[in-house]
Amino acid sequence: MDERDDLVRSLAGLALFADLDDPDLEAIADPELERHFSAGERVLRRGLSGGAFFVILEGEAAVEIAGDDEPRRLLRGDFFGEVSTLLKCKPVADVVARTELHTLEIPGPRLETFLLQYPRVTYRMLQTVTRRLRDVLG
Amino acid sequence: MPLQLSDDRPFPPGDYPVVVVGSGPGGLQASYCLSRLGIDHAVISRDDAPGGMFRHYPIFQRLLSWSKPDAPADQGTRAYEWFDHNSLLAEEPGNQALVPTFMDRAYVVPSREEMERGLDAFARRAPVSVRYRCTWEGTRRDEDGRLVLTTSDGEYRAKAVVFAIGVTTPWLSPIAGIETVPHYVDTRAPAEYRGRSVFVLGKRNSAFEIADGLLPWARQVILGSPRPVQTAVIAQATVRVRYLQPYEDATLGGGTLALDLAVESIERSERGWRILGNGTTRPGPIDLEVDAAIAATGFSTPLLDLADLGVRTVSQGRIPALTPFWETEPGSGIYFAGNATQGAPGLRKHGVGAASPAVHGFRYNARVMARHLAGTHLDARVSEERVEGDVVLYLLEELTTAPELWAQKSYLARSVSVDGASDIVPLAHFLDAPGPDAVAVTVEMNAAGETYPAVYLRQNGEIRERMLSPHLVNDFRGHEHERELRGLL
Repeated sequence: MDERDDLVRSLAGLALFADLDDPDLEAIADPELERHFSAGERVLRRGLSGGAFFVILEGEAAVEIAGDDEPRRLLRGDFFGEVSTLLKCKPVADVVARTELHTLEIPGPRLETFLLQYPRVTYRMLQTVTRRLRDVLG
Repeated sequence: MPLQLSDDRPFPPGDYPVVVVGSGPGGLQASYCLSRLGIDHAVISRDDAPGGMFRHYPIFQRLLSWSKPDAPADQGTRAYEWFDHNSLLAEEPGNQALVPTFMDRAYVVPSREEMERGLDAFARRAPVSVRYRCTWEGTRRDEDGRLVLTTSDGEYRAKAVVFAIGVTTPWLSPIAGIETVPHYVDTRAPAEYRGRSVFVLGKRNSAFEIADGLLPWARQVILGSPRPVQTAVIAQATVRVRYLQPYEDATLGGGTLALDLAVESIERSERGWRILGNGTTRPGPIDLEVDAAIAATGFSTPLLDLADLGVRTVSQGRIPALTPFWETEPGSGIYFAGNATQGAPGLRKHGVGAASPAVHGFRYNARVMARHLAGTHLDARVSEERVEGDVVLYLLEELTTAPELWAQKSYLARSVSVDGASDIVPLAHFLDAPGPDAVAVTVEMNAAGETYPAVYLRQNGEIRERMLSPHLVNDFRGHEHERELRGLL
């Protein structure tokens, strides 16, 4: 029988946390950081300070920017909110739940400590961000 | 034919517009607020007296939240509520600030018994009638969409139900062997731990309460859970009352240990218990032998069969996921009051959570919830506040003295629309729901613990956020703030 709780199991299946062992996953899997959103609910709000970093555990969200007809889809394993959290600025886009959405939320003030504590997560996050940059630059 | 005993309890089974389940502070406050709106409703409770969890807990008989009998604001004023975190809200002066009247002033936080007496006095004086010894056993919808509660006394039908059932069922982490460990609720008298080493699984409120209570008795107290204590958060929270002594003891090497530990298994041993696991903040295997163990792993909401009606949960299934108005989904008619309102987390700006798990937070949620329920499900005409004078001065007065805004920072806001209609609303609702041009103000706190007023302007559906300056003594009624706010409006 797998005694690990659902949140640990869910995190273990994500590329972002693939290098972590169970004790680390248990330390990250704080049930107080679990968030559920209904379809249509806003997760990240454009122009509002004090946001957080989110990792999608289940469901789908969309990055909505005014004037953009093709919002970017976010799925299980994707993360968002890192730009406004790391740069301490207000988000320039809304992120809206497209379906029931289950996320892990790391509050902005805790992200720096988190990334320093888990450098393998930071490395994988950097890879993803670099990939996004390459896609934008073509 | 069995002898029929007379039953003079109120609210026999039948049809009601609303049913409230529970007689703890959440249920009492919800019922009171519905009554003030003229909403006919029944209240049922499995208990035989008011008070809920406070009839038995905290185990060590001392609360965490303050009630200051004398405070900068006078008792009987709205502003005083901010200094009395434990009394329920009432509009009649004789029913306000009841908990401090029972306090002996030995501490600024009441004892469990003082709290229970305050709640009992509220139920008697308000009054809040309750059908006691009536246990909710199941839920379904009838063909008309009404909610049907099956209870030990029979069936209740209602358009809406307010579950004020607390977060009261002992919960155990999924760890091999944990079923052998007594839960927090089964902690024995402190003297029974005299001279023994005690492992407390958990590092949250109940774990530190146990540690604090056992310090004068136990030979050694060892707390263990995967995540480190969030000292920066605790420093600004009322729970520090319980955390400080054991944590200082652990930090200075006085015998108490606070381990960041992922427990793999717990086994019975000749001495007592053997705890096996791995360090998290400092990796490495951990193997402990202790005389006693206590699982301070928290509680869950006893939702019974509500999942069958589509109720979702968060926090490992322990808390119902709720809308900003504490409904399980818009239009469901299934509301929550009390501690479980933490299932509507709000914005958590800068990582600061709402005070909804505590009386001083959820008492305001109940008032807002009652208005929403009445207006949404019963088509009741809910009286509207209007601002007739200078809106700027009104908002600055609210920012300085409104207890809702101080208790529920970044969570509840005072809104005033362009036509002068004013209300206390969930901030998330103001930001996300469509509405007329309006302004909302709330008190916020950033990661550094700095408190300041926040202003949200809604114009043509667009939201703008602006912060006002902090003030040395949190009085925002001066010329500087007036100039700032007028500039924004």
